[in-house]
Amino acid sequence: MSSILEINNISLSFGGLKALQDVSFRVPENTVTTLIGPNGAGKTSLFNCISGFYKPQQGTISYQGKVLTGVKPPARAALGLARTFQNIALFRGMTVLDNIKLGAHVHMKSGLLGSLAYFGAARREEMAVRHDVERHIIDFLEIDHIRRQPVASLSYGLQKRVELARALAMRPKVLMLDEPVAGMNREEKEDMARFILDIREEWGITVLMVEHDMGMVMDISDHIAVLNFGQVIAEGLPAEVQKNPEVIEAYLGTSDMDSLRKKLNSEREVA
Amino acid sequence: MRIGDAKQNYEADEAILSSSTQKIWFALFLLALLIFPFMADSYLMYLGCLVGIAVISTTGLNILTGFTGLISLGQAGFMGVGGYTVAWLSMNTGLPFPVTLLLAGLLAAAVGILVGLPSLRVKGLYLAIATLAASVFLHFIFAEWESVTGGMGGLSLEPAHLFGLTFQTDFAMYFIIVPLAVLMVLAAKNVFRTRIGRAFIAIRDRDISAEILGINLLHYKLMSFALSSFYAGVAGGLFAYFFRVVTPESFPLSMSIFYLAAVIVGGMGNLLGGILGAAFMTLIPEVLQLLTAALTPFYPNAPIFMSPMLEIIFGALIVGFLIFEPHGLAEIWHRIRRFFSLWPFRN
Repeated sequence: MSSILEINNISLSFGGLKALQDVSFRVPENTVTTLIGPNGAGKTSLFNCISGFYKPQQGTISYQGKVLTGVKPPARAALGLARTFQNIALFRGMTVLDNIKLGAHVHMKSGLLGSLAYFGAARREEMAVRHDVERHIIDFLEIDHIRRQPVASLSYGLQKRVELARALAMRPKVLMLDEPVAGMNREEKEDMARFILDIREEWGITVLMVEHDMGMVMDISDHIAVLNFGQVIAEGLPAEVQKNPEVIEAYLGTSDMDSLRKKLNSEREVA
Repeated sequence: MRIGDAKQNYEADEAILSSSTQKIWFALFLLALLIFPFMADSYLMYLGCLVGIAVISTTGLNILTGFTGLISLGQAGFMGVGGYTVAWLSMNTGLPFPVTLLLAGLLAAAVGILVGLPSLRVKGLYLAIATLAASVFLHFIFAEWESVTGGMGGLSLEPAHLFGLTFQTDFAMYFIIVPLAVLMVLAAKNVFRTRIGRAFIAIRDRDISAEILGINLLHYKLMSFALSSFYAGVAGGLFAYFFRVVTPESFPLSMSIFYLAAVIVGGMGNLLGGILGAAFMTLIPEVLQLLTAALTPFYPNAPIFMSPMLEIIFGALIVGFLIFEPHGLAEIWHRIRRFFSLWPFRN
């Protein structure tokens, strides 16, 4: 399977803090690839590098075989890299519908004069986008009942779903989801997992996500990369990663269950 | 109550006037605007024209400050560019008013783009200071570039003309100003139905995620500046035709603050708010004057007490509106609409 996105030896530091050190992994095309790791491991930093928002000091990111270094964030969006944010980044002054339509911005062409007159090509383009958004995205994500509402009035789970809708309106080839189910209840999580699988299967979009919910990660991922202290410590199929002692150590503090048990017991004695 | 409002297609759903009730009210409003000059005395006529000019300029500033989130104190400067362009063209070329007003808008837009350049780096109050500096700079040009602007004495100009018609009186000017104001507000409304308006609002709400969604910040910020200053330039041009003289003091800094106040009092990021704000800021001082005059027969000393009080009352009214109606006058209108959309139920 060819990879659509390749991260090669990325290093990023903020002053003395090394957020990412020599990170390499690949995102195979048409998979759900998940990036996991403890808090502060550098997952969101890596997303920001891919979006073009941070500039890594070393290394390259290739997308469809082309190196992205020097390509500005809006241009990366136009190339087909879409993302959602960990702390929802919807535009609070707009309705759900306008937020989603905004995702189609890079694919629209009408200029200022057309907009002022709302006539001819500009009007047809708006109508085409409205059609497209209604038929493919709003129906698919089951948010038709809220399309007129301002996003600020929605529950957290629905806001996340609207953000996903906005990213889909960008007609991406790679969709990056930063903690898509954080803070959701079980039902909302199941819905989101279903949407993510459908996006990969029906839309043929490659999904790269960061997520902490291990149940969901193991259920829906095709490929997993584990990040700890800014380094990739494991990569592979969910079953492989689950058994990897280094991964267990990163999450639980140690891979040696006996020593962990001893540690817990000694703590109990002290207390 | 609002019923029978189901839409058959998306086109109807995206229309500005989406129900027949709205269409009837809008038609009645246009009719009222048309009849007004035939009923009004010269004083009301004068006020009507001033409100029209203020609506154009406030709508422009609303695009920039209310919708794009870029605070500007340069509005009077941009209006000045428009006013001087019209004055100079009217003296030196004899072009008809649609051409001079268009050129006034375009030149103001060009200046607006220049002034907007720092907006990629500076935001909020810092941008306000940068635009303040620009308006001081423009004022200096108006006052000192004597060969073009006539220095402190300013320029006086011929009345607006088109196809041999001259627009000399307030009555005639009304028929230029008000249709233009209606058209320009509608054009602004259109912008916010399309990708460009959405990009402006996105920049206001979250500029970082706007960029990641593919919106080129500098491009759209400058476009907002250009559009806003175009409106200011046309308003300034109308101002010049209306008073038939422009001096550096026609466009003082306090005028920029006047328009910013109109946007805030009316409702930031709401076109109706801009219109209401412009009317409020223009008319309230006049209403207070009229109140004083009405009180004089009963309290002969009223003018002596009231005249110095007017500014204070005006200021207090603005503060009062900001406290009790932080979303602006437009919010009052929306409340009324909500009430009637359910009436007679649940009231």
